[in-house]
Amino acid sequence: MKLPPPAKALRTSGSSVIAFALSVMMVLAAPESDSEVAARRAALDLAGAFSNEGFKMRDGHWSGMIKPKEPALIAVNLYAGNQYWFSVGATEPAKKIAVNVYDETGKLIQTENYSEGDKAAAGFSPTSSGQYYVLVDLVEGDESSVCLVYSYK
Amino acid sequence: MQNILAGNLRERAYAPPFMRPARRFCTIVFLLGCCAGIGAEPARLPADQIAKAIRLDAISIPTPGELFAALEKPGKPNWVGQMRGPIGTSYKNRAQIALNLGGLIADGFIAVEAKDSQQVKNIGTDIIKLAKALGVSENVLSRGNSINEFAENNEWDALQEELEATQNEVKASMQTHRDQDLVILVSIGGWIRGTQVVSSTVLQNYDERAAKVLRQPALVNFIESKLNEVSPEVRDEPLVKEVSGELPGVEKLVSFPPGKAPTADDVKKVNEAIGKIMSRIETKEEPK
Repeated sequence: MKLPPPAKALRTSGSSVIAFALSVMMVLAAPESDSEVAARRAALDLAGAFSNEGFKMRDGHWSGMIKPKEPALIAVNLYAGNQYWFSVGATEPAKKIAVNVYDETGKLIQTENYSEGDKAAAGFSPTSSGQYYVLVDLVEGDESSVCLVYSYK
Repeated sequence: MQNILAGNLRERAYAPPFMRPARRFCTIVFLLGCCAGIGAEPARLPADQIAKAIRLDAISIPTPGELFAALEKPGKPNWVGQMRGPIGTSYKNRAQIALNLGGLIADGFIAVEAKDSQQVKNIGTDIIKLAKALGVSENVLSRGNSINEFAENNEWDALQEELEATQNEVKASMQTHRDQDLVILVSIGGWIRGTQVVSSTVLQNYDERAAKVLRQPALVNFIESKLNEVSPEVRDEPLVKEVSGELPGVEKLVSFPPGKAPTADDVKKVNEAIGKIMSRIETKEEPK
């Protein structure tokens, strides 16, 4: 699986896709703070880069807060044969975040990783269908809003 | 008697250098450096952390689109053959409407995969009828027009997004109308119909890679736990009770070892169990 260069991809990615996803998500959720909206925008921006590579963005997300040494662990159910990218966006005061994926036994999975400050992504192709865990960790900075979205193809 | 050469060679070639203190020190420093470089992330999560993982309908239950994307990796299935005839849209029971609505949205994904624009439009109309019966918002109803428009123009990718958005908007509307309990039923309906299609497709043309997508024990377990959280009124609905009662059996049937493909016989058992639930969901109650 090849990682698209996000900066280039972001310039060309369909802004309509992001706008569409944002508008749907705004309708779906309870009122959110500005930082939550900004974190989601950052996650969608990053996920938009993968759309150029044929990845479809899942219309669903997880938003929350993370603190140093208190990562968030989110359960997802994936299918063997698909390729996945998990994109995370955060807001100030987060300086650096990391995304890692674990299998159902809790073993760290080898993923392709992208990290640039308050955005990070991890991609892989599961060989077994089932439950996986996405760990979103604050590497540098203080308690921040984060948002996780994922894409598949 | 001749000495065993291999053992001597092993000792001479490998053991002595490693035993030298300077080399041993360098090796330990190197290995420690590697561990630090690999990152702060643990190589294995503790069980208590896994148990506390966040599980959400919005991200932990895959969409029919994801399921079908995986199914068609080994080869394009006969999507047209998987389409079913129109289902009833005049159910009176709200739980049954929600379950069928989820199934109907999965049907929409099948019609998109089959690139059958007329079928997409028909399903779109039925989705709106069921959504109206649940009293969802105008936002959802306007989705019907978009589905028609995209179907007219054969915009298949946009249609997939629209179907997913419709499902989410239905759920959001249910939440605002205090129908939170029905949200999980929409997801269950979609998963059951999707699993019926996958198991049926695999049975028709068995392929190990396609069969592997049926392995989802944790997902069924999550669905069971969500059903246990709904209000007693919904949980005691005869249909919900029946569906709920069948899920532990289904969970066992989809619990294949990781990485191992189910046999054709395993798939048949899944298909039969799911088919039984599906026909119960579709069956219209006779007026008393």
